[in-house]
Amino acid sequence: MAGWVGDTVNLNVLIGLAMGLNLLALGSSRIPSVIRAMSVQGVLLGIMPVLLATELDWHVAIVALATVTGKGLVIPALLRRAMRAVSIEREVEPIVGFELSLLLGAGATIGAVATARWLPVLPEHSGTLLVPGAMATVATGFILLVGRVKAITQVCGYLILENGIYLFGLLLIRSTPVLVEAGVLLDVTVGVFVIGIIVDRIQRTFDSLDTRKLTALRE
Amino acid sequence: MREILLIVLPLVGALVAAAWPSDRTRPWLLPVVGGAHLGLAMWLLASPPVVSPGDWMGFDPLARAVLPVVSLLFFICALYAVAYLRIRRDRPNRVFVAMLLTVIGLLSAGHQARHLGLLWVGTEAVTLAAVPLLHFNDTPRSIEATWKYLLVGGTGIALSLLGSLCLGYASLHGGGGGDMTFVALTAQGTGLSLPWVRIAWVLLLVGYGTKMGLAPMHTWKPEAYGEAPGIVGAILAGGVTTVAFTAILRVRSVVGAAGAGAIADRTLLIIGLFSMLVAAVFLLATRNFKRMLGYSSVEHMGILSIGASLGAAGVWAALFHVWSNSLTKGALFLSAANIRRATGSASVDDVRGAAVLTPRSAALFVAGMFAVTAAPPFGPFFSELRLIRVALADGQGVAVAMILGCLLLAFFGISRVVFAIVDGRPRPSAKKGIGRLAEAPGTILPPLVFLGLSLWLGLFTPTLLQEVWSAAGLQLFPVP
Repeated sequence: MAGWVGDTVNLNVLIGLAMGLNLLALGSSRIPSVIRAMSVQGVLLGIMPVLLATELDWHVAIVALATVTGKGLVIPALLRRAMRAVSIEREVEPIVGFELSLLLGAGATIGAVATARWLPVLPEHSGTLLVPGAMATVATGFILLVGRVKAITQVCGYLILENGIYLFGLLLIRSTPVLVEAGVLLDVTVGVFVIGIIVDRIQRTFDSLDTRKLTALRE
Repeated sequence: MREILLIVLPLVGALVAAAWPSDRTRPWLLPVVGGAHLGLAMWLLASPPVVSPGDWMGFDPLARAVLPVVSLLFFICALYAVAYLRIRRDRPNRVFVAMLLTVIGLLSAGHQARHLGLLWVGTEAVTLAAVPLLHFNDTPRSIEATWKYLLVGGTGIALSLLGSLCLGYASLHGGGGGDMTFVALTAQGTGLSLPWVRIAWVLLLVGYGTKMGLAPMHTWKPEAYGEAPGIVGAILAGGVTTVAFTAILRVRSVVGAAGAGAIADRTLLIIGLFSMLVAAVFLLATRNFKRMLGYSSVEHMGILSIGASLGAAGVWAALFHVWSNSLTKGALFLSAANIRRATGSASVDDVRGAAVLTPRSAALFVAGMFAVTAAPPFGPFFSELRLIRVALADGQGVAVAMILGCLLLAFFGISRVVFAIVDGRPRPSAKKGIGRLAEAPGTILPPLVFLGLSLWLGLFTPTLLQEVWSAAGLQLFPVP
């Protein structure tokens, strides 16, 4: 039992770090640092299922391994490559300013911790920060998605939003069938590839990744 | 077995299409596979298989009530696609044909999914498979539309996943064993943790509502329908949106069993009315006849949402409307595509005199306009009448008044655009002869068939279909 409590503490430290990375991503003015925050967050997320499991079985191991490679290595590498290939300026260019983003992100984090107390959770999850962590990360993803103009930063926002959903999914890790998990992972991966292709098309067609140039369609 | 073939057959067809060497003959795969799919779907409609309650996939009453019309829509669009891709020799069609087939295969999976997670995987795979279809023309405008579709649609994907997880956690917290089939969730009923069910409902309604195109999550719709080829618009408006609608219906029945049905109905009614209102206002403002179809689709999704809020009788009317709207939209999208191709523009400012340039398409477009704005005796008139009668019987007088007001505004908006492009003298810049090129039997017969089907559905609604819709209502609202 003591070991289990210790694991909860470790888990909360990781979730706390992930929430800190949210703020880092919101405050970064350079795209590589946003990508780095996102990839470190991905690695942290990958370690969590191992801490959460009572014993290490192959199901948990696969989820952990797939997450660390996918979210921590492959996707950030793809984004960095896309960034180099199009040789864009590395400034983030916010619609919502950095200070305001940070304030919004911090507000969302506090709000998440406050509201999560009202939600009933199973006893095994009661000491963890999983629910507030998920809510804060989803909110961060939204702020980046809406508040940035470069297509790559928007993609980062989308991926951070997905990290938040993954955090929430950890609550269900023992009850989700592998088949469904595989399907979810596949959809997400394909989604990232499709987004990558379209980002490439935007670059080639508009000679820029500034989504403010996408304004031909309106009433 | 037959119901699994509905999924496997198009996916195999997609692989064949991807490997097929010739751009000239590849489009014929579409009607071949589509015809086989339609045959299977009609056979299943006539003699449905037995679905055991624990199945993750199955041709259950709800799938039986919707999937046949999606298959019918796809087959007729596939026939049009052969003629269309013959005209569009300039564009490679390998990806286009393969992805169209993938879409109908995944749609069949999404409609038959009886498991919360599988439903998400199926419907969202459809969203992604549709992406290459949107930028078939590869113009800057189509890339822009695709990017907006991806960003808005991707957020919808993410929120519906989060909602599915919340519903799953509601079951776990209530002591469920982790069985996420809709049957098991409904059986758990009030045992589900209510706070989580409420959160799940909001997220799933917003997530799947984005895919359906309910306002205010509809912003991808006019862009996508405005820039994608007509067949893609027809399949998105009549097929892809309906899978999101049935997803909402399935979730709604779980939420109802958990004891939050009243809240769910109220949100569905409000979001439905809001969609109709937003659509009506934008229909009055738009100056592009393909974007107009996008807003019209938002309006009809609003009608479906209102139907879903009115119990089993409302679902009956909504399923009727799924059929009549899908078939009517087919006629509109395909005839609009003909006009767009002949005149080179979709803007009211550039297009005049379509009745002279493309007389047959223009006639179809005008007839389709009357059909979609619920003029008798077309299908939408009868399905909307049914919905209004159900709403009145339910005591929703204010809602009915709003529905009628929005329908009237939508009629003004749509007829304004349609007659602006049909009437008048063609612009001198419009080239002679293009009209005839665009009006081959291959591009005129499919919308004509759609219009005929819409008329037939309104005048002679088959008893078989009425029974099927009732059975679907009974599946969602079981009589205790």
